[in-house]
Amino acid sequence: MTPRRKRLLIVLGILGGVGASVALAVMASRENVMFYFDPSQIAAGQAPHDKRFRVGGMVVKGSVVKTSSQVHPDEIDVRFVLSDFQHEVPVKYSGVLPDLFREGQGVIAHGQLDANGTFLADEVLAKHDEKYMPPEVAGSLKKQHAGVMSGGAAPKSTAAESAAAGSAPMGAAQMNAVPTAPVSSNVPTT
Amino acid sequence: MIPELGQFALILALLLSLAQAFFGLAGAWRNDAGWMMVARPAVTGQFVFVVLAFAALVYAFVSNDFSVNYVATNSNSQLPLFFRVAALWGAHEGSLLLWILILSIWTLAVAALSRQLPLTFSSRVLGIMGLISTGFMLFTLWTSSPFLRLMPAARDGADLNPILQDFALAIHPPMLYTGYVGFSVAFAFACAAMLEGKLDQTWAKWTRPWTLAAWLFQTAGIALGSWWAYYELGWGGWWFWDPVENASFMPWLAGTALIHSLAVTERRGIFKSWTLLLAIFAFSLSLVGTFLVRSGVLVSVHSFATDPTRGFYILGFLLATVGGSLALYAWRAPKLYSPGGFELWSREFFLLVNNVLLAVAAALVLWGTLAPLIYEMLNIGKISVGPPVFTLMFLVPMVPLILFLAPGMHAAWKRGRLTAVAKPLWALLGLAVALGLLITLGIYGRANWLGLVGFIAGLWILFSSLLEPIQRWRAGHRITGGVAGMALAHFGIGLFAIGVSGVQNYKIEKDVALKPGSTFTINGYTFRYVDAKPVEGPNYDAIQMHVEVSRNGRVVAQLDPQKRRYRTRQMDMSESAIDVGWGRDLLVAMGDDLGQGAWSMRLQYKPLIRLIWLGALVMAVGGVVAASDRRYRRREPHRELERGAHPEPRPGESSPAQPAGAVQTVPVAENG
Repeated sequence: MTPRRKRLLIVLGILGGVGASVALAVMASRENVMFYFDPSQIAAGQAPHDKRFRVGGMVVKGSVVKTSSQVHPDEIDVRFVLSDFQHEVPVKYSGVLPDLFREGQGVIAHGQLDANGTFLADEVLAKHDEKYMPPEVAGSLKKQHAGVMSGGAAPKSTAAESAAAGSAPMGAAQMNAVPTAPVSSNVPTT
Repeated sequence: MIPELGQFALILALLLSLAQAFFGLAGAWRNDAGWMMVARPAVTGQFVFVVLAFAALVYAFVSNDFSVNYVATNSNSQLPLFFRVAALWGAHEGSLLLWILILSIWTLAVAALSRQLPLTFSSRVLGIMGLISTGFMLFTLWTSSPFLRLMPAARDGADLNPILQDFALAIHPPMLYTGYVGFSVAFAFACAAMLEGKLDQTWAKWTRPWTLAAWLFQTAGIALGSWWAYYELGWGGWWFWDPVENASFMPWLAGTALIHSLAVTERRGIFKSWTLLLAIFAFSLSLVGTFLVRSGVLVSVHSFATDPTRGFYILGFLLATVGGSLALYAWRAPKLYSPGGFELWSREFFLLVNNVLLAVAAALVLWGTLAPLIYEMLNIGKISVGPPVFTLMFLVPMVPLILFLAPGMHAAWKRGRLTAVAKPLWALLGLAVALGLLITLGIYGRANWLGLVGFIAGLWILFSSLLEPIQRWRAGHRITGGVAGMALAHFGIGLFAIGVSGVQNYKIEKDVALKPGSTFTINGYTFRYVDAKPVEGPNYDAIQMHVEVSRNGRVVAQLDPQKRRYRTRQMDMSESAIDVGWGRDLLVAMGDDLGQGAWSMRLQYKPLIRLIWLGALVMAVGGVVAASDRRYRRREPHRELERGAHPEPRPGESSPAQPAGAVQTVPVAENG
């Protein structure tokens, strides 16, 4: 066997072993590759009830209630409502909110839906630049605005562009700061 | 006036770098010494003008010249002087200028230290580096000049993003960029060797110290970023698998593979084409890093610039660089001939394993970073790849890597015999297993497989990295920079592995709600929230909380976290308070006001977390020591090569394993 051949065999052997283990590991951790749904999709019943996922939207003004739990005073009890201007979803969270969490700001929550339709979040993300809005949230908001303004008649892309052009009443400043966030059909396959 | 002079200086620097690229490459191609001689002065001139441009921008920041748009958007008159200077690289345009400055410093260093190299080779290296700097200067002048004026001038600036107002983060970008840009030297050396059509062990010897230097800066830069994220972001994590972190980590993985592959090429003259490929990848991934961070394609925690047109330029530049160098590689690499083979369990075998595993790790990180983008483009859905997936994927190549490290360090070149060091290695493994069990079960009270393997592998690496220096010292041999550097860097890996195993398996993180006077206990540490009061900083107002931590009735720490509101941007920031210790950190960060004096807060117990950054620091120091090995500083590399490739035999390494034939330099293709 030539040295080159041998080297190739060693490399292929390692790659095979590592490849197989990575495949197994990724299979095992599929749970952690989370899909994104917006409040309208949740309202339409598209979001799973037995799996963790991400939800994004604007924090509705006046909806945030921060207290400690009545039963266990150590526990934090934060509630707020996320909206994409079409539908809303109530969120319950028992952790420390990020510094940039504000009413009227786009955020993303990780967690699961309970039987009553409340989203039980185990993580809430608001990014560090105050101009920043998560691309998914921007996409959802654009889509919903587009629906409102054009009655859903115009083709999606042009409607989204007109929303991005700044005629939207609320959150428009933030949306213009968002890079390219393409408005995709947004239907995840689970 | 000064900003215009800065812009003008940058244009002159661009012209000089064009001259450097043209005369360096064309001169070498025509073998015209007169032309080639132009490259070096062009480098010096370019450096002078880049420094002038940089100084002009520093002046604009220091003097609060808010008629300059970039200064107005990133600085403020209330900002302390140190941060006014650091604000220069707080956003896109200034970062680019910093990139260019660092590239011109590296180029100047190469020009100064490459006088003993053949003229055609050094000219080609400088030519390639000139092309890179031309690309970046064009980009800056065309799409992102930091010198543009604001009409009318702003009364005051919009301030530097408060999370960037921090010492570690002020020096983190220069450090990291020095690493990123440093890989351009290895890249230029690789391209020059391919253009020459000649790649021998001397080439590897020239390239290695430069690569080590770039690698050590990158190591230190990444560690600084991690340390900053830990204490500044207020979440108490040290790594988030954030796209921007990944962007800096991928070139590091490729660079680490490269320094190991170069070791084989330098020593045995094999792995040549693989080494070239790694040099191309390390620099390409650095460019990808710039692209990912700066184009706004993957928006993340650290992205401060989002502009797709710039992204297109970088993408084009990236395609030209990667495509060009890979085309050159496809043309030249098949002609490279690597003489000699090696046995199973030889040093070469272990280094091959190291390289494959590191390359796999880099590929996995790349996949995880780009997966959301790919999913979205294919319209499969919007996913996020979370830290648990990254951690799991990453551990698959990393666990075998650290387990192979201890025997790999001591394997003999060429022959697959470990007998000479087998006994101490087994003994040290036994010691590591005993200590690992003692730490996990005895101190932390429980053991899981991952934690146990991590501790054992880390301890084994720690002990066995000292084996060779000690054996050499006892045998009365000189401990060379190479040997000491390798031992140190691997010792650092051991510390790092132990730190990660400790934190990831035994940390405790609790988000709780407390009223003044009430307590919460984690792992025997009782945190008592005493009170909260308002305080005032230079450019922020804050509420400061006082927390007393006691253990077994004795007070061990007084912690004062703050919740700051920066005045200019009206932005809230939690400033966590940390009690630092070798064995554990205790961290408190303020959350939200829950009314009636109650606050939500994060309480965290982080065992051994300091070893993570200490390990990285030791690795970087190892890089310094290895790069300063005497054999890289000898004047006449050609004559010294014979001796350089035959150092005194190492313990555990039989000298006959090095036949003289293995050292000959093999010209691989005709020139030009």
